[in-house]
Formats: sequence, structure tokens, C-alpha cells
Amino acid sequence: MQRFEERPLLEVENLTKQYGPGCDECGQPGRPGLIKNYCPSCGTVYACSDVSLDVFPGEILGIVGESGSGKSTLMQCLYFDQEVTAGTLTISDPELAGENLFGVSSQRKRYIRNHKYGMVYQNPVKGLRMDFSAISNIAEKQIAAGGRHVGNMQSAGERLLDVVSIPLFRMKEEPRNFSGGMQQRVQIAKALSNDPPILFLDEVTTGLDLSVQAAVIDLIKQIQRDLGISMIVVSHDLAVIRMLADRTLVMLNGRVIESGLTDQILEDPHHAYTQQLVYSLL
Amino acid sequence: MRAEPQFAFLDEGSKKEIRRATLKAVAIPGYQVPFASREMPMARGWGTGGLQLTCSLVGKDDVLKVIDQGADESVNAVSIKKLIRATTGIPVTERTEEATLIQSRHRIPEVPLTKEQILVLQVPTPEPLRQYEKKESVTKRLHAESEYSGAWLMLFEQIMKYGRTTTGADHPVLVNGRYVMAPSPIPRFDNPKMDHSEALILLGAGREKKIYAVPPYTDIRSLAFEDHPFEGEDFSGKSCRFCGATGVFLDELHVEETGMTEYQCNDTSHCADRLERQDEKEVQHATI
Repeated sequence: MQRFEERPLLEVENLTKQYGPGCDECGQPGRPGLIKNYCPSCGTVYACSDVSLDVFPGEILGIVGESGSGKSTLMQCLYFDQEVTAGTLTISDPELAGENLFGVSSQRKRYIRNHKYGMVYQNPVKGLRMDFSAISNIAEKQIAAGGRHVGNMQSAGERLLDVVSIPLFRMKEEPRNFSGGMQQRVQIAKALSNDPPILFLDEVTTGLDLSVQAAVIDLIKQIQRDLGISMIVVSHDLAVIRMLADRTLVMLNGRVIESGLTDQILEDPHHAYTQQLVYSLL
Repeated sequence: MRAEPQFAFLDEGSKKEIRRATLKAVAIPGYQVPFASREMPMARGWGTGGLQLTCSLVGKDDVLKVIDQGADESVNAVSIKKLIRATTGIPVTERTEEATLIQSRHRIPEVPLTKEQILVLQVPTPEPLRQYEKKESVTKRLHAESEYSGAWLMLFEQIMKYGRTTTGADHPVLVNGRYVMAPSPIPRFDNPKMDHSEALILLGAGREKKIYAVPPYTDIRSLAFEDHPFEGEDFSGKSCRFCGATGVFLDELHVEETGMTEYQCNDTSHCADRLERQDEKEVQHATI
């Protein structure tokens, strides 16, 4: 049965990110002899090993796993914050088709980040410039994507701030004066400002109180419905994944150990670790 | 035994190194070339970058002019002239037309420069993105990737906060469509003079150890948004209280005796030159 007739928007094959040289023992297929993701003979850490995934247009893909399972490294590799050791990334976009985007020049990676990607970090300090006003923060992404008209950028920024429920009278204030939840919402507005086809969300609700968490999750859901943006959501919080993700990957020790529809994984986990994870959900 | 003072103060090895950096800077317009900034008999931050360029370039046939914020007679300009004259014996001048080498702090002379001349500018902060990003390793990468959102963002933030760009001096420019460059703290009024300048413009930052250049006839665009075009300082309707010049960069003065605001030429040699010619005319008229 052909389940998906569409082509994936983003496709990753065999992404590997290792810290250390690797040796004959851990270099073999399947990497035998590792303790978790650490090779005892050469000291190499495999943060991600042979991770493959694809994201379809308008889909939210969830990635869960414990701390150190490689989910953030995976995200950073996809966003070009880090260089991969091996693997291919393709995006089905007329401008980028047929290229392994892990191998392109840093200028081109910058172009993809500026024009095709949005990123929301767990810590707003990483995603925002705390010394520039909220509206300028949103404009930064538009400028990077080629915006050179102040009026247009300002009105687009105001519209986005409205979407994320930031009162407009505070738009010229620096985000450092905002609460954590507001900062996170400014970050989401910034990430959306260049109309990216792909949005990365890294632990966006961690550290927010429950009512704000719910508001942010509502917002993300709404954006996905209205704009049809594909998203990759990384979280260690299964409740967040359950609310947001259509499909989910479970990572452990740098590997994808289970993947499938979110409901399926949460209701009928196969791997022992996933079972433990699901049953420890309070 | 007392050694002969070295011609133009610096030893030949140092001059060679500075010239090599300069050649690279000319070859990559707007790119900041690192160089081993020498210890000079002057505190860093007082124009040692410009002085080292001058010392590396000056030859026996050169005529030097030094300007400090438009003035030829200020302490900084006079000291630099004295040093060069004492170590080279070349003549110095105040007239822009006569000079072959012009070292300047924060102004480009009013008299258009020619292809026979080299303009050396002293630079305090060569990095146009510094205010946006503190780390040199990061700004270098941003330049490499032609990622200048930061420079634009600073202008955008000014427009958001004050309704217009508020760069008093050092308004960033795009050189040859590639590198964004700090033109040194020249007023915005002088930015257009860099565009397709006939003279070679060299910029030296001694403290920051960088040399960069605008070769003759290079395309220079001041950064500006589509709906906020670049504007120099506006002196329309104002003229110099001494020579009556218009269309030049004027200093605003508050005269206490009269309580009035008056204006005078910032470029002192240009003003003096005009006054001299006016005197000559009067003398000619008187004799007839």
C-alpha cells in the first residue's frame, strides 16, 4: 500500500555526528562494543548514529528521548549550527533540489537558514538579541531574507506580534524586559517572519509554567493549521509531543529506536525503552 | 655611537609588511587585512594606524598634508607632520592640491582628490558589525558569508527608535557590492566622496591592527532602506561666516557675545584658500 504519495519536504539519510576520531572497533557497521554512545577503546562519542528521517509538507514531526540521546545535536546539525560527520540532507525545493545540503558552502547554508528555515531555541537568549527591540528582532530575520523596506517589515512584524499576542505598545521594547513566555512568543514570531517552509522547535515549552505552555502549544498548532508549515519538534516531554506531533521518532544513545504515528507509539510502544518512557508518564 | 634615524621612522622590514598588507587590502576592496601594528611614538588610538600607512608609503618626492577633524593646525596633525618631516625631510603643505599623500582623521577634504593622491584615514573601530557582535571570530565568519543583517539591523533599530538613521559619522558602506565597511568616523556628508574616488583611499586601524582600502573608481554605496534613503548632513541655507562657502561641511558654533548660532568651514585649509583668493581679487581691483 502506498501510504504517502507526496514527496517529503525534508529528507535526512544516515546522519552521523561523532566527537572523536573513531577506531577500527567502533567504525564497523552497527558500531558494536559501544557503551551507550561511547567507544571505550578510542573515546569517541557518537552523538547521532545513522539517523534517517523525513518530514512531509505541513507535518509536525516529534523527536523524543532522554537527555543526551542526541536529539538536540540532530536539530543543530539540521540547522547547520554544527557540521555533520556523515549523512545527506535534501530539501525538495526548486532552488535546492537534488543537492546534499550538508555538503554545500557555508554561504549557501546561510542562505538556506535565512530563507527556508525558522528556529525556536529552548533558551530565548540564543534566538533573540536582548538589546534590540522586539520589532527589530523580527525584522532581523526579514532583513536576512532580503527585506530592505522599513515600512513593509514593520507592518509584517506588527502582524506577527499580533498573532503571538504581544501587545503592540510593547513592540519597541527590548525582549530582556519581557517575561519568559513573552520572550518565547517573540522568538516564534521571529522564526516565522521569513515565511519559512520548515520550522525547528527545540524544547520550546521547557521551563514555562503550565498555562503559558498551553498557550504556546496552542499557538504552534494554530500556526501549523493556518500556514501549513512543516515542523520538527524536539522535546523530552511526551505530553507536548502528544499534543503537537503527527509522527514521532524515539531516540536513545544517538539512534532512532522507534518511529511511527504518535498515537501508535504512545498507545503501543514496542521498544523496551519506549515502554519505560511511556509508562513513566505521570 | 648614534645610529642614523631610519627614513620615515619604521624599519624597512616593517614597512614591507605594512605595504604587503596594503596591497592585499587594495586587491580585496573593503576587506580588513590584519597586520602587525607597530609600536609608534604616539598612543594607540591617536592615529597610529594611519601613521604607519603614511610611514610605509612616504617617499623622498612626496608632499604631505595631515588633517585632524578638518583642521591642519591641531596638535595631533602638527605632531604627525613634525615626526614625518624630522625623519624624512619631505615638505609638508596645507593645500590639498599640492599634497601627494594626505593623512586625515575623520574628514575627506572639500577639494576633490585626484588620481595622483593617496588619502590615508585613521580608523578607531574598523569592524562595522562590532556593535552587533562582539566576537571577532564571529564577525570574520559573517563577512565571509556576506551576512550583513547586523549592519542593517542597527539602522533599522535607529529608525524604529528615532524615526530616522542616527549615525552621526561612520555610516556603513557597501564596497564593490561585496564587503560592508566602516568608512572611519567621517561625517555622512563625506560618504559620497568615496564613491568612484579618483584617489586611492587607505584606512588604517593601529589599535585594532587592521588595514583596508578603497581602490580608485570603486563603487561605494551607503547602506539605506528603500523607504529611508541615505542623506548627508544638510547645510542648505547656511554658509561659512568667514569665506561664505556653501555646499561644504560646516561646524556649528554658538557665539556667546551675540547669542547667535554661526557656521564656519570645517575644512580649514579650504576656507583659508578661499579667503586668500578673495583678498587677491580685492588687491587686483584696487590696483586697477
